[in-house]
Amino acid sequence: MKPATIINVVVVAALLVAPYWLNAYWVDVLNSIGIYAVLALSLNIILGYAGLFHMGHAAFFAMGTYTTAILNTQFGIPVLWLMPLSGMVAGFFALLVARPIIHLRGDYLLIVTIGIVEIVRIALVNNVFGITGGSNGIFGISRPVLFGHVIRTPHDFYYLIFAFAAITVFFFLRLENSRFGRALNYIREDDVAAEGSGIDAAHYKLVAFVLGAFWAGMAGTIFAAKMTIVSPQSFTFWESVVMFTIVILGGSGNIRGVLLGAFLIVGLPEVFREFAGARMLIFGAAMILMMIFRPKGILPPPPRTFNLDFLSSARGGGK
Amino acid sequence: MNASPLLRLTSLTKSFGGVMAVNQVSFDVDHGSIVGLIGPNGAGKTTVFNLITGNYRPDSGEILFDGKNIVNMRTNRIVTLGIARTFQTIRLFQNMSALENVLAGCHCRMRSGVIGAMLRLPWQKREEREALEIAVHELEFVGLRAHLDQAARNLSYGNQRLLEIARALATKPRFLILDEPAGGMNDYETQVLVDLIIQIRDRGVTVLLIEHDMNLVMKICEKLVVLEYGLMIAQGTPAEIQKDQRVIDAYLGAPDEDDEDF
Ligand SMILES: Nc1ncnc2c1ncn2[C@@H]1O[C@H](COP(=O)(O)OP(=O)(O)O)[C@@H](O)[C@H]1O
Ligand SMILES: [Mg+2]
Repeated sequence: MKPATIINVVVVAALLVAPYWLNAYWVDVLNSIGIYAVLALSLNIILGYAGLFHMGHAAFFAMGTYTTAILNTQFGIPVLWLMPLSGMVAGFFALLVARPIIHLRGDYLLIVTIGIVEIVRIALVNNVFGITGGSNGIFGISRPVLFGHVIRTPHDFYYLIFAFAAITVFFFLRLENSRFGRALNYIREDDVAAEGSGIDAAHYKLVAFVLGAFWAGMAGTIFAAKMTIVSPQSFTFWESVVMFTIVILGGSGNIRGVLLGAFLIVGLPEVFREFAGARMLIFGAAMILMMIFRPKGILPPPPRTFNLDFLSSARGGGK
Repeated sequence: MNASPLLRLTSLTKSFGGVMAVNQVSFDVDHGSIVGLIGPNGAGKTTVFNLITGNYRPDSGEILFDGKNIVNMRTNRIVTLGIARTFQTIRLFQNMSALENVLAGCHCRMRSGVIGAMLRLPWQKREEREALEIAVHELEFVGLRAHLDQAARNLSYGNQRLLEIARALATKPRFLILDEPAGGMNDYETQVLVDLIIQIRDRGVTVLLIEHDMNLVMKICEKLVVLEYGLMIAQGTPAEIQKDQRVIDAYLGAPDEDDEDF
């Protein structure tokens, strides 16, 4: 077996048995890691594959979370049914806000997307349309029910969250190795050359935003269900920074790297709680060291490989 | 046969802040021909290419490709219509393998999107295989199959130019425009390139090229168009151009030993 396969097996096995060994507190930490991992994977489509400096992902997460919270508390629609709808609302919102800014580059896009998170957060605080509950937020979101089983404890949520994370990884690996995934990479590398090769850069950037937002919106449903209370404090600029850092530090454009990033950025501060006061200091120092020694992240994407066996076999068979 | 030309430029004009980079340029490129666009540095040759491919918008004038006006069309649309290009300053995806670079060209002839990729539907898998087959075939055609795994940045200058041609060919163009394809190539590589361009034409692809290597241009072009300060000062067969007094004054200079083997 290749080392990578062994690591995969060990990690998956460890994740499967972890809840048996851990108390509710630590399972809850893992649950946070799982949600951040999904969010960072969805951001990775925009930031990692397409190279768009998007620091407003918390806005899309908020759209999904609030869609679930509002529709569940107002109309009693079961939480998990709201997942696709929450994704769509977030995706539609992304379509609206991304379209006019899609041509912006680098730091300009960064600043505008920071603005988007703040606008969404302030709108939530100000109780827009009288449906967001202002700064208190919304409470009383019902527990999700799956196959007749009510998901309530951190241990229950653990399996829901990590199943969703696994599904996310499964689909995103396929995306990465597809026409769509490659198109985003070409755009990241050189958008003029990409367009000169026949790739509609503006279209793909927009699709990246919509898909990333759709997935963040679905993560929002699970977050709403887990918290049962949602409020604007969960969707600050800082949340966007955390997601952004997970992707950049873990390994922009590499699923493995992003997963590792989620464990490090969300998990380590919990492990080193004694140093909570120095958290920002350590965080900052780690970022500086990383940018000096591993500017592409801890696990940058490996070169793509293609299976070309079918070429020689087709030829051999023909003769 | 097609009587109308594949490409027709009519009074094409583009200025950059007062500099007339391209000034009332009109010429035709016939189906199946190899046409050379020549002129001193800064004459506006690359600008003409950028106008054809939609990288720049002309101030005025018309560009008809196969009878269709492509002015104001986006670059990727123009590529899909069948115009592919290479760049004077090489624009490969430097950190990607040669194969991935050529796959970029296959993109516009593929259909599958997000859903197809996520579900990995049978036709999506077939399409991916076909794209790989085309990409490998084009790499073989330009002689880079052995370098398929190498990152573009690790290829020699000459090979990078060939890789750009392979990527352009993967878009299945009817019309290929090459901006100084022999730039940075040694004599041997240039000879290989000449053969390649002729093979490309024999595949039915019309070629328009900018080149400073007069040997190469005189050898393979049926027609030459000469620009100077944005103006077209002459067009005709290589033999006609060589005798044109304005061209000699502006560009070719007094006949010297370089011209011997024309
Ligand atoms: N993007 C641009 N912005 C400003 N000036 C440009 C631009 N592109 C070309 N030019 C100017 O247009 C003229 C023609 O340039 P170019 O087409 O590159 O010439 P050539 O390819 O014949 O050497 C030059 O004076 C050049 O400086
Ligand atoms: Mg030029």
